[in-house]
Parts: sequence; C-alpha cells; structure tokens
Amino acid sequence: MAVKQLSVFIENRPGTLVEVTEILAAADIDIRALSLAETPDYGILRLIVDKTERACEAVRASGRTVTVNHMVGVRICDRPGGLSAALRLLAGKGFEVEYMYAFLSEKENEAEVVLRVKGSSEDRAAAEKALAEGGFDLIV
Amino acid sequence: MNRNYWQPGYETMPREELRELQLARLRDTVARVYAKVPIYRERMDKAGVRPEDIRTLDDIRRLPFTVKQDLRDTYPYGMFACDMTDVVRLHASSGTTGKQIVVGYTKRDLEVWDNLIARQLVAAGVGSDDFIHVAFGYGLFTGGFGLHGGAQLVGATVIPVSTGNTARQLTIMQDFGSTAICATPSYALYLAEEAEKAGIADKLKLRVGIFGAEPWTEEMRRQIEARLHIKAFDIYGLTEVMGPGVSYECSDQKGMHVSEDHFIIEIIDPDTGEPVPDGTPGEIVFTSLTKKAFPVIRYRTRDIGTVNREPCPCGRTFARMSKPKGRTDDMLIIRGVNVFPSQIETVLINLGYPPNYQIIVDRVNSLDTFEVKVELTDDNFDDSVAALARKERTITEAMRSLLGIGPKITLVNPRSLTRSEGKAVRVIDRRKLHD
Ligand SMILES: [Zn+2]
Repeated sequence: MAVKQLSVFIENRPGTLVEVTEILAAADIDIRALSLAETPDYGILRLIVDKTERACEAVRASGRTVTVNHMVGVRICDRPGGLSAALRLLAGKGFEVEYMYAFLSEKENEAEVVLRVKGSSEDRAAAEKALAEGGFDLIV
Repeated sequence: MNRNYWQPGYETMPREELRELQLARLRDTVARVYAKVPIYRERMDKAGVRPEDIRTLDDIRRLPFTVKQDLRDTYPYGMFACDMTDVVRLHASSGTTGKQIVVGYTKRDLEVWDNLIARQLVAAGVGSDDFIHVAFGYGLFTGGFGLHGGAQLVGATVIPVSTGNTARQLTIMQDFGSTAICATPSYALYLAEEAEKAGIADKLKLRVGIFGAEPWTEEMRRQIEARLHIKAFDIYGLTEVMGPGVSYECSDQKGMHVSEDHFIIEIIDPDTGEPVPDGTPGEIVFTSLTKKAFPVIRYRTRDIGTVNREPCPCGRTFARMSKPKGRTDDMLIIRGVNVFPSQIETVLINLGYPPNYQIIVDRVNSLDTFEVKVELTDDNFDDSVAALARKERTITEAMRSLLGIGPKITLVNPRSLTRSEGKAVRVIDRRKLHD
C-alpha cells in the first residue's frame, strides 16, 4: 500500500532546484508531482516520480541528502467538497495531517492527493484503513 | 612481555639519569646557539644570561622564549645553527597566516628523526611485517617524509602514497594490502566514508592507524576506529620543533610520551609566561636538545595542553602530554566566550552528525554572529520542516550547554564542506575584515 515519496534536502542557494530536476531528467525519471517546503535557510523538495529508487540513487549520487517516505495516497473526485470529505474523516478519527499536495490524475474528473499523517508507519496504515472503510479510493 | 620499545635504553631510562642527560644536552645546545645564532645571542645578552649560567634544568626559565614571528623575521636561514653545507634537507610550513617558515636537518638530525618516528610506530605495534600506507603529504610538509623515514627504519614496507586521489588510495590499500595507515584524522574519516561507499571498508587489511598534524578529539578517534576497523594512535609534533616525532602514544593511550631525551617540555601560563603546575592546562613550550641544524629554545607552540609526569604502566619514563585542547590561535573568542573547534566536534559526534563542520564568525552591528554549518546525512534527514527545525535546536542547545553560547545551525549537504586531503578548513572568521 501507500505511495512512495522522494524527499530531497535543498540548500538555500540559487540553482539547486534546477540542478535536481536536471539530474532526474538525465536519469530518465518522470516527475508526476512535486511540492517544495521552504524555510529561510533551506527547502525540502518532495517528489512523486515513476521510478522512486532510481531517482533516489541518482540524486544521492549528486551529493545531496535524500530520503524515501511512504505517504497516504487517495483519489478524490474533482468536484467541490471532494477533498474536505476525506480530511474531515481523518480529523474526526484523530489523525493529524502534516502536509499534503494534489495533482491531476490520468483519469478525467479526478485528482490524486498525497498526504503525510503525523506519527509512525502504523498511524499511516491506520489512516489508510479509515479512508478505505469510509469509501475512499486509495492509490496503491 | 613485549613492551613495544624501539630504544628501551632511552625510553625507560630512570628519571634521574634522564634529567642528567637533559641538562648536559641543554647546556650544549645553549652554548651552540649562543655562538652561532645572532638572534639567540642578542636575546640572551638582553636578558643578562650567559650559557654558563645554565647549571640546573630549572635554569631553563632564565632563557628567553622563541615565537613563530622570530622564525619569520629570520627567514630563511637566520636561525640555522650549522653551516649550510651540513644541511641535507629543508622543510617548510605553509604560510596560511603570514610568511612561511623554513627549517633544516643535518644527516645526524635525520637519523634522530627516523628513530623518533620509529619509537612511535613500534609503540603502536607496527613492525617489519607491516605495509605502511603513508597518506601524509610528501613535500615541504614534514608529515610524509617524516613518517617515511621512521617506517623504513623499522623495516616495514613503505607505501609512499601521499595525499589526494582517494579512489586510487583505496585501490592501493586493497591491492597492496596496507596494514597500517598514517594520515590526518580528517582524511582518515574521509577515506572511511569513501571505503564504505565503495563497499570495501571491511575488506581492507588495515589494523592500525597513526594520526596527527591537526587537532582531533576522542570521539573522532572512536569513529575512525569503528569505521576503519583499526586501533588509532595519536602522534604530535610541529615543523618548528622537528615535525612529527616529538611525542607519541603507547598502548595505554593516556597521553603522549614526549621523547624527553631530545626535547624539554614546559607548560606555561600564556599570559604571564610563568610555569603552571603539572596537570594544569597552559601553553606547551619545547626546547630541542640534540638538533644541530635548527635548534629551538623555549619555542612557544601556541598549543594548549597539560603534562603528566606520573609513571606510566607501559614502563616508559617519559612525561606524557595531553592531546592539545586546541591552539591558542584556534581558540575563538565569541561574545567574550572561549570556543575551541574541538568542542563543536565533540557535540556533533555525540549527536550522530559527521565531525565535518565549519564555524563562521562574523560581526554585524558590532555584535558577533556565530554560525556552525553541519552536514545533514540521509540518516539524520527527516522529511518534515518541523523535525529539521527540532534537530537544529537540539544541536544549538547542546552547544550552548557546553560552551555557554549557542550558535545558529545551518544544515548543508553531506560531504559538501571543504574537505581536506590535507587539513580541514574548520573556521572562517570574517570579523577581521571589519577591524
Ligand atoms: Zn606509556
């Protein structure tokens, strides 16, 4: 279960983002989604790609700090209220979403959302179970 | 029982006898420099002391100190005490903080030097069966040639690989079967990392390492030992006094035995120049007793350390000096607080970070800023910003509790800080630019 996300530590200097995307392109990696968390000193680039392990190796070989995490992935109908229903369900069961981002699915009228639930991998599994029981379509 | 002595007659000489030998050699050295080196003669005349005034070892305190600037002022050969025809080798220390200094050796000096190095190799358990990988720089720097001569003297197989080209060094280590390595500790750690990356760290035949030429901590020693699967020994020396070979660890590893038949060690209060009691930290001062080409009288090393004259279980009678806590030059005064880079290193290793860091001190609106760059490894990387901020705070607080002042921590990519095939750049002090 769950979606693999590659996280890359980004030093705060010009050009690092471009460098990472170029490394991925050179390794023939297709980026499906990305999000950047920024602080004044550094950033964390989060990526959903087609070949996570290969991407991880390529970026690590360039001397950057990387990690791979498992995320909760859920498909949401592309209509008003689709996302908030899923979030309401998680909040109702006491899960805390640390961050999330969405991207368009290959299917029409559907978005895919990845989210990181605070806590351990057991918490993540429990959140997935709750969503599945609530009728949501998980990305596996 | 094998005590690993090279010259037991000297290394275990009864202290009374050793002191007599020291006094005879000191008197000889002082007479020689008074006759041959104008700067020593002028200083002694000014202080009102003549060679024949040196009647006991304590009389050494009547002699003026020598400082690095004296060596610069007399560059290149003004402090040589023999004819240049008798000098068979020159070495120099780099001029990172001013003009470089040059030192020389007669044939006899080189013989002594080789024996001093042999003492420390044998004390570390290195012998004729060993393949010694000398990864100190060969050239004007004393490290490479210094270790080389001693290694050859004990009959080991010397691999004079020098510094640089780490991939090739690892290949050589594997193919030639290096069993002992001599290097700077920071380069040893770098080699360990590269060996781990190449997946060969546990395939090497290394069993012992001899490290020196830059300050390092006990924590760093444990890391090197664990990662290269070796026992690590500390050696000490400096170009002005001899190069490596001034003091060395025995298997007891509680301080480094000073080869007192060739050097007198004093510990002084750096502000007053007065001696401090044994065990009290102060500036380390050396006087050479046998050097012919480049003798030094009461040379102030600017290293801070202690001396211990208690008997050692290894049977050597030589006094032991502590690993220098830092150089007076390296000590930073930040907002009035004394900070040694080695303290930063201790905190980082204890928290599981690489001992590869950079301290950046600056002055903004007449207030000192204090920043430490820390390498973030995959193991320490947590994908959440909050978690990274927590890690930064943990490091800051650990440093604050040790130093009394907390730096701003900046996380950077692994292996991105200037690293050191020679010596590492640990401190960038930009305050000088504003003065
Ligand atoms: Zn000992």
